[in-house]
Amino acid sequence: MRQNPPRSFWQSLVVRIPYAWLLALFLVPFLIVLKISLSQSAIARPPYTPVFDLAAGWHGIHAFFAALSFDNYVLIGSDPIYVVSYLKSVEIAAFSTLILLLVGYPIAYAIARTPRHWQAVLIVLTVLPFWTSLLIRIYAWMNILQRDGPLNALLVALSIVKEPPVWLSTNTAIFIGVVYSYLPFMVLPLYATLEKLDESLLEAAADLGCPRWKIFWLVTLPLSSSGIIAGVLLCFIPIVGEFVIPDLLGGSRSPMIGQTIWMEFFGNKDWPAAAAVAVVLVCLLVAPILVYQNQAMRAVERD
Amino acid sequence: MRKVSAVNLAAIAIGIAFLYLPIVILVIYSFNASRLVAVWGGWSTRWYAELMSDAPILDAAFISIRLALVSATAATILGTLAALALARFGRFRGRLLFAAMIYAPLVMPEVITGLSLLLLFVAFAAERGFWTVAIAHTTMAMCFVTVIVQSRLVGFDMSLEEAAMDLGATPFATFFAVTLPLTLPAIAAAWMLAFALSLDDLVIASFTTGPGATTLPIRIYSEVRLGVKPEMNAVCSIMVGVVGVAVIAASLLAKLSGGERAAPAQP
Repeated sequence: MRQNPPRSFWQSLVVRIPYAWLLALFLVPFLIVLKISLSQSAIARPPYTPVFDLAAGWHGIHAFFAALSFDNYVLIGSDPIYVVSYLKSVEIAAFSTLILLLVGYPIAYAIARTPRHWQAVLIVLTVLPFWTSLLIRIYAWMNILQRDGPLNALLVALSIVKEPPVWLSTNTAIFIGVVYSYLPFMVLPLYATLEKLDESLLEAAADLGCPRWKIFWLVTLPLSSSGIIAGVLLCFIPIVGEFVIPDLLGGSRSPMIGQTIWMEFFGNKDWPAAAAVAVVLVCLLVAPILVYQNQAMRAVERD
Repeated sequence: MRKVSAVNLAAIAIGIAFLYLPIVILVIYSFNASRLVAVWGGWSTRWYAELMSDAPILDAAFISIRLALVSATAATILGTLAALALARFGRFRGRLLFAAMIYAPLVMPEVITGLSLLLLFVAFAAERGFWTVAIAHTTMAMCFVTVIVQSRLVGFDMSLEEAAMDLGATPFATFFAVTLPLTLPAIAAAWMLAFALSLDDLVIASFTTGPGATTLPIRIYSEVRLGVKPEMNAVCSIMVGVVGVAVIAASLLAKLSGGERAAPAQP
């Protein structure tokens, strides 16, 4: 890192403009969410009370703070709908991240073992689907998983099943959609560490008579741990709050937490409850997000 | 030359097939003449023709493209500034918070970003519509831009900048004569990513939009919620085609201009 040279006012704008933007549009909104989660739902515009009223002076500020309450959090803790929804989200995210790791690792490993000029092509091919809309990719799976869709037609034709099974509105469909959508996010960081792996270490282990599965277990896997951590976090965190995939493939009977926030907001129009559900979700994710940030920052600056 | 083992080849082949088969099936279905999606009625471009007279879809597409142009450009400017700050300004005051605000939105669930921005707009009584969505998309996309541009800035030879300054170039002249041209492939790739992110986004747009600013994903979502529709197969196929051509063109462009780090999309 370079020493700081003194900077002119104009140069300091390079920092100040994006900084101000992020403070105003990332940090401040969070504080507002926090504040509204302590408010009460009301039939008004905006649909919550109390509304901050600076015109009322000191008295108004006092009244404002007196009217805040933790009722929404008590509700979240006591109503099984929310608890079940959180648990389901974490469970789905954990399982699908595990599947992603098991599916993504062999692919990333295989790509890293191909000749160099292939690697670039294969990585572009892996990332390309990520560029098309998530909505479209999930919609493509709605086509495939329909009751009389191509998957069931294939299964019946191969006489694997007699009766076409129902896929849509099941957790299996959510798993398929999540694994499909997040695969590039798992493969890329894994590939990035596996590609840098020093092959002479593997050769040394082999020369010393280590069997291949043991080389993998003792050398390759530990050396790729930073890629594993990055991939796991990059998938797990957003999957917990995923909305589109569970909504289109999983149905609304047993919603994930992203759907619950959506329903509180658009369906019940209970903004304070939606805000409280969101705050609890952020609290759940704070630890993994901090670990991820640390990793990502170090990775970029090490480059 | 390393030989690729059969197991590795199989892993790659299955992986690629898994990623592309659903999209291929979608495109094939979009040419199905039958209204019942599951029944194959022969090849036809009927749904594409019907699309051309579907005013709400065309309006939504137009709004989405305008939105993506505006927000990708704003996000690229802001994100590049932020990348410069992180890569070239050393340890300035508040750097940790700044970096945290860049990296957190990359993994933040969209439902939360959308909800928090909406509540901000409501708190300031901003009228919701095209511009609120544009601001929201800019905020989301600029962080991706920063990461892409920053990794390029960190990777390139700083002595080039120092040489320019030693020869008497002002910091501004150095930036425009040395830094910008060398980072341009990454900036272009970042702009494209920002464009694609905006064009694709459903959740943040749903929260922050208002009357008269229905984007294409919002339109598609409201149509497909209740099941598969042949017209939607056609819309989605067109979007896949446009994005596919654009990304391949950009990758070739990046390759031609020698930006080996500018391969699109390192999320």
